[in-house]
Amino acid sequence: MIWFLLRRLLWMIGTLWAVFTVTFFLMHAVPGGPFSSERQPPIGIKRAIEARYNLDLPVWQQYLLELEKYLHGDFGLSFKMGDFSVREVIAAGLPVSATLGVLALAFALTLGLTAGIVSAVRRGGLLDFSLMSLATIGIAVPNFVVAGLLIILFVFIWPVFPAGGWGTPMQLVLPAVCLGATFAAEIARLVRTGMLDVLNQDYIRTAYAKGLMTRAVVLHHAMKGAILPVVSFLGPAVAGILTGSVVIEYVFAIPGLGYHFVQSATQRDYTVAMGLVMLYTVLLYTMNTVVDVAYTVLDPRVKLN
Amino acid sequence: MPSPDEIQRYSALLQEAQHIRGVSLARDAWRRLRRNRVAILSLAFLLVISILAFLTPLLPLQSPYIQRLDLSFAPPAARPLWTESLKVDDSAAPQAGSTVDWINKQFGDISTFNRRMIELRVKLFGRWSLNSILGRDELGRDLLARLFWGARISLIVGLVATLVSLVIGVSYGAIAGYLGGRVDNIMMRLVDVLYSIPFIFVVIFLVTILGEDSVKARLEQIGIDRITIFFFVVGAIYWLTMARVVRGQIISLKHEQFVEAARTVGADRWRIIFRHLVPNVFSVVIVYLTLTIPQVMLFEAFLSFLGLGVQAPAVSWGLLANQGFRVISPLKIYWWLFVFPSLALGLTLFALNFLGDGLRDALDPRLKNK
Repeated sequence: MIWFLLRRLLWMIGTLWAVFTVTFFLMHAVPGGPFSSERQPPIGIKRAIEARYNLDLPVWQQYLLELEKYLHGDFGLSFKMGDFSVREVIAAGLPVSATLGVLALAFALTLGLTAGIVSAVRRGGLLDFSLMSLATIGIAVPNFVVAGLLIILFVFIWPVFPAGGWGTPMQLVLPAVCLGATFAAEIARLVRTGMLDVLNQDYIRTAYAKGLMTRAVVLHHAMKGAILPVVSFLGPAVAGILTGSVVIEYVFAIPGLGYHFVQSATQRDYTVAMGLVMLYTVLLYTMNTVVDVAYTVLDPRVKLN
Repeated sequence: MPSPDEIQRYSALLQEAQHIRGVSLARDAWRRLRRNRVAILSLAFLLVISILAFLTPLLPLQSPYIQRLDLSFAPPAARPLWTESLKVDDSAAPQAGSTVDWINKQFGDISTFNRRMIELRVKLFGRWSLNSILGRDELGRDLLARLFWGARISLIVGLVATLVSLVIGVSYGAIAGYLGGRVDNIMMRLVDVLYSIPFIFVVIFLVTILGEDSVKARLEQIGIDRITIFFFVVGAIYWLTMARVVRGQIISLKHEQFVEAARTVGADRWRIIFRHLVPNVFSVVIVYLTLTIPQVMLFEAFLSFLGLGVQAPAVSWGLLANQGFRVISPLKIYWWLFVFPSLALGLTLFALNFLGDGLRDALDPRLKNK
């Protein structure tokens, strides 16, 4: 276990380093920096400022200096947002995005598990068919389309929810639903398949044979086996929610990480974009590792290697 | 020397065998796919959409770019069904340069092939074109025409980027699987690592950097525009799953007798990989292909929706959905501008997903001859 975690950590550091290096050199391949604007300061002052920020050194020296700063947790200053460092941007955005993400995941799990179990138990019925058709639609339709339709319906035609923003519980509902919808659909399909597999196994027959009710068999005995594919899907799901939140935060004007990322990308705020890419890498790596560990806890047949 | 009896028996057997036709995997799969009505419907839908998208310049549509500010936000109108919208400058037709002008003005800077199609369309339909049955946008441009021209970009991005990922994924997976041992180990560990990189963010980062004006100018000099970059970048990230799947298949196939046979007649390893093994994994590859195309199209739509993908004056469905989304306001809902692009995108992705699922079931070898 310890070795497994250590090795993962090493790989993560390696990956981060690679991402850092690639983005750093890409950034420097592009002409223009924070101090090259229309109105140029006098040449002497410009040189002094550049020397202050080490911009006059050869690229590889800048690279080493920057790498050292990153190691100390200093991600630099925003190019475009006055008076903000990348750390401050992250500190402001991360709680917002995390809240949204957790809510969306909870919604996806609740809806997905319920729908999956119901359609597996009612296999072949009308309910099964309609739930699974709905799930396919949920997977196929992009989340910004869902978001737009829900906004038209529930904000303008029948005004129950506010159009966007952040702060009140009502403002959380629509974004969380839009963000979670796709994953609810995926989870429903996974649970249904897993459930059908498990329900055909001998131990389920045994459980029925000793006189248990369907509810007890499904929820206590079959559930454990059926939920395994969902656990391994959580890794990609978290990655997807991170990605999806970019669009959803943009659509609902929520000041989270995704919103800042789009802003930094469209306004070419490279330091912020780079910091966020690094942060997303760490998040994804951590989540994947957690999922792998959780899997071995749930299924003793699987060994970490 | 076989006895006459035996010869008779064998020839009878031979005759019988001649009547039995082997069922190839493809034929068998097709038979099973045909029974899946939803999948066939999806296939038909996709074929129709693709053909229409290809023939767009030939269809009697209005120009996707000409602005009619007097008709800004005109709602869908089906009456009269036909209008005389195209401005055909036939007075100046004899002079070579001027024919180019009116086409360029109304259809943008298009390829020679599309220009020929538009000229043919003018011969067929004259100035007549369909009225704006799907409404107009804020600049009075016809949404129907924009949807059709957008379809071309959305579909071609999905297809080409997926093919790029196909080539990379299949070669990578096949080589790793066949060579095995340490090479396989290293190659697959690399795939594991790449899986943990949030590529979508890296791609957005890349696209922004490559979209910087000076870089863009330099790239355009060597004939690379944003869409080409997009093809390769997206192709380069969606190959991971394909590589894994192909590797698994190759490993299970590489000890089969036909591989031994190829080796005994002296085929080298590249020939064995690409001529003997790869064709055998095509069924799996096709399934992943149909499931990757919607992902790529979704990604393009996602980027265009955020304003980081296809750029005006070019149109794609994601961009149209974004333009529709931005004019949703409490005052007036121009629903057609958001609903129709979303519908086009949603239906196509839906059909692709259904077709992919259907193909996966049809090509499942466990169901063979059932």
